[in-house]
Amino acid sequence: MANGELIVKGGFIIDPTRKIDGDVGDVAIKDGKIVEKVSSSAKVIDTKGRVVMAGGVDVHAHVAGPKVNVGRLMRPEDKLLSGVSRSAMAKNGYRMEAGFSIPSTFKTGYDYARMGYGFVMEAAMPPIHSPHVHEEIHDTPIIDEAALPVLGNNWFVMEYLKAGEVENTAAYIAWLLRATKGYGVKVVNPGGTAAWGWGLNCLNLDDVVPYFEITPREIITGLLKANEYLGLPHSMHVHQNDLDNPSNYTGTIESLKIAEGVKPKNKFGREQVLHSTHLQFHSYKGENWGNFESGAKEVMDYVNKNTAITIDTGNVTLDETTTMTADGPFEHHLHGLNHLKWANVDVEMEIAAGVVPYVYDPNIRVCDIQWAIGLELALFAKDMDRTFLTTDHPNAGPFTRYPRIIKWLMSKKAREAVLDSFKHKDKVIAATHLHSLERELTLFEIAQMTRSGPAKCLGLSRTYGGLAPGMIADVGIFDLNYASMPSDAEKIESAFQRAACFIKSGEIVVKDGEVVGHGHKQTVWVNVNMPENPQVMRNITQSFTKNYTVQLQNYAVKDYLAPHPFVINVDVEA
Amino acid sequence: MPKLITGVGCPYCGSSCDDIEVIVSDDETKILEVHNACIIGSNLFLHANDPTRPKLPRMRQPDGSMKEIPYDEAIDWMAKTMLAAKKPLIYGFGSTNCEGMSAVARISEKSGAVLDNCATICHSPSFLAIFDNGYPSCTLGKAKNRADVVVFWGCNPMHAHPRHTSRYSIFPRGYFTQKGQMQRTALCVDPRETDTAKLADNHLMLDQGHDYELFDAFRTVLRGYDIPEVVAGIPREKIRESVEIMKKAQFCMIFFGMGCTHTDGRNHNIDHAISLTRDLNNHTKCSIMAMRGHYNIAGPGQVWSWQFGFPYCIDLSKGTHAHMNPGETISIDLAMRDEVDCFVNVGTDAGAHFPIQVVQHLKKHPFITIDPNFCMASEIADLHIPVRIAGVDEPGVVYRMDNVPIQFKAVLKGLPGVPSDEELFDRVYERMCELSNCQPIWPAAKEHRRYPHNTNPAVS
Repeated sequence: MANGELIVKGGFIIDPTRKIDGDVGDVAIKDGKIVEKVSSSAKVIDTKGRVVMAGGVDVHAHVAGPKVNVGRLMRPEDKLLSGVSRSAMAKNGYRMEAGFSIPSTFKTGYDYARMGYGFVMEAAMPPIHSPHVHEEIHDTPIIDEAALPVLGNNWFVMEYLKAGEVENTAAYIAWLLRATKGYGVKVVNPGGTAAWGWGLNCLNLDDVVPYFEITPREIITGLLKANEYLGLPHSMHVHQNDLDNPSNYTGTIESLKIAEGVKPKNKFGREQVLHSTHLQFHSYKGENWGNFESGAKEVMDYVNKNTAITIDTGNVTLDETTTMTADGPFEHHLHGLNHLKWANVDVEMEIAAGVVPYVYDPNIRVCDIQWAIGLELALFAKDMDRTFLTTDHPNAGPFTRYPRIIKWLMSKKAREAVLDSFKHKDKVIAATHLHSLERELTLFEIAQMTRSGPAKCLGLSRTYGGLAPGMIADVGIFDLNYASMPSDAEKIESAFQRAACFIKSGEIVVKDGEVVGHGHKQTVWVNVNMPENPQVMRNITQSFTKNYTVQLQNYAVKDYLAPHPFVINVDVEA
Repeated sequence: MPKLITGVGCPYCGSSCDDIEVIVSDDETKILEVHNACIIGSNLFLHANDPTRPKLPRMRQPDGSMKEIPYDEAIDWMAKTMLAAKKPLIYGFGSTNCEGMSAVARISEKSGAVLDNCATICHSPSFLAIFDNGYPSCTLGKAKNRADVVVFWGCNPMHAHPRHTSRYSIFPRGYFTQKGQMQRTALCVDPRETDTAKLADNHLMLDQGHDYELFDAFRTVLRGYDIPEVVAGIPREKIRESVEIMKKAQFCMIFFGMGCTHTDGRNHNIDHAISLTRDLNNHTKCSIMAMRGHYNIAGPGQVWSWQFGFPYCIDLSKGTHAHMNPGETISIDLAMRDEVDCFVNVGTDAGAHFPIQVVQHLKKHPFITIDPNFCMASEIADLHIPVRIAGVDEPGVVYRMDNVPIQFKAVLKGLPGVPSDEELFDRVYERMCELSNCQPIWPAAKEHRRYPHNTNPAVS
């Protein structure tokens, strides 16, 4: 099928990359790519009366790797929440599926495909565990994936930046991306997680990291510069300090301001220099949980002004889920709050992650306010090409709830119904803006948030997120009539939950909401070509001899673990 | 000329040392010397030279003798046996690579098998405690670079993990521990005076089987309450002193082993140990780690967690979803209730490790052993299929006791015609698909398999 010709005929095309909003037209596919036209022998897929969009692009989800797997391992009960048993599928040539908030790799691939998603970014790869991440990626069918190595607490990075050595930092990043087959620069609680090595944290931008004597502000500033020095396809991707604490919105804005004055430098069409992830967790007002309220307006007022920033929402979905982050001290803090089981994975020289189950209970005021904040971020956003939909899967909710969030964003009535169901409705309304927001997003804006926007932010706009000729043939077809949208918002959710059809790289992999093929997934990674930096290489060799417990020669991910690579080459001149 | 290969991973214990140096013959068929490894590890490498290593599958004959048969015949027999069985049990995997564990999962789904690993008879109680209480742990490099207090509770690395203390826990000079042993205080809690206990600064020789009480006393003291004069045979003052040492540590590391998981209390001991770790984190930094036995026994826990959501005793016989219920779906319980009608032993020796009653039950049904060497399980099997030795003549990913993936190399070429676990399982799976007339499911990674697959026009 991948080599065959297909024509998706007569649907309402929504493609923000070409500013097409609901025009009736065709999408021609050949050899896995979108083309201008195909021969008359092409297989016709009739999409009359349906919406046609590019495959979804998820900018931030935790779907593969050590902490995701710790979550799976330590939560057998999550399997009981799996929902519908897929007996027919298990027997007819599909792998067994398991898990709700932390689905198995097979279910992850199948569920994304069912929602018409074609690309997913694994948001935090501890470098030493990168072979594990790639093992899981190649066991995840259909979807193309990439992974961001975590760098904000890496000892090399902190040592170089303390000495103000941006070039050495960049050379180290280039080496690490190649070794881990990684995609870009992820920063999680810069400095704070390093402090967690001694059981401490950095909550403030100017807190000093013990021993390393560097501040989160200096780490963010240095990595911003190093990222642009290299000209990577994606910008620095930040989870700021002081996550999930009341009053953190001021620190958030202060962190975002660091991006002012830094210019994007790359050949991939990326315009931002900083991606601020799961902003919901960073937009909290009030001094404590007692007078907790939304800081979404203040944060978005700033984001709307600064075009060098992109964000994703991190919407709370009011489910029982599993939190997991490379913000080790935060997970310890959260475990102190809910006293559920706690896993911690301190990683030598690099990072520390934690895992704690969490119930976003609609009867709890704080959870409801978090739910509202996530939606407010999107509703206050002026530029939907810089605002992306995520749940920070599985932290604020599983990715399988994206369609529900789309419903809430597109229907004031659906939001009000949820607000009405809250035990503490009045308090929630008083602490948030949501009740007063009339805005309902359009399908075009949803496509920006889930397709064109994230693709551009990742520097992948030539390949993913659109339907222009030359792009990869990821095409989602949804049971929605653009000309007469259903008055019942539930139909929006169900249409996006189960795509009527999903074509991945030119191959039909989902039909009527069910998976019909395993696709030919690719692993995307960035290879930086630059002259070798002898000092950095010597530092690396020395650290592996003295401090690491694995040999340098066994550290880099072997090629066979990423069997279908899509390598993006970046050339850096010295 | 002999070749020196460095950075070799050792296929023995859960320390999974990857700094072994091996000198092999020019034609890469013989290991001449092994450097850096402990004596057990060295011997595992040198064993590969044994000229009597099995090179062909052996099938039990009606007269009780074993007869060599071609691989295709063995694969066919195994495929048919697996398909015919209502509930086969596939067990082992402590000593093979993750590629094999991933490949066997396809066979297990196809045949509706129960998939279990050696954890079932060693760290299964640890899993139960982790399900209840989490796992605040770290990588071994954290212990090396930071830990100034190291506790060995119910474990004896000096014998079971010979290089553990020199690479990770007591002797190494790390980033913040540049004085090595001088800078570390080692506590050992063990009813015996083991070599680890002799090495420790403090040995708490508790009454055997009273670990739970002693954990309880530690937590009680840590929370500022009084305890009886003697708990589990240890005087109050000694307990207070030990708790004080742990509390005042900059980084406290607790290692525990079979002495906790397989004495009275079992999973409850580990549960308490994890709670103690959590409590200590209110005062300082503390981590805990299970001393996993084999070099890749952490592997199946990882691979099957991402494939099925459970680390061990996974019942796939329902066909629709994986089901884990320790006590019901554990190998020993299943066999004792005579619930399985086919047994496959992979990369371990159930013949040597299982209780005799269990082996007697298993022996009533087809018994297949997949192992590079002769062992008790191979000698009582109906079919013994030799494979390559993961880590010696087959490369692959291995998970160390701290769940860090290590990419092991092959140092020898491998016996001609002898497949790896992965290749064997893929061929069995393919045969099963042929026999049942359905399409095999290969993930993208398998699209360019190294060996030609059978071509049956019926399923082309």
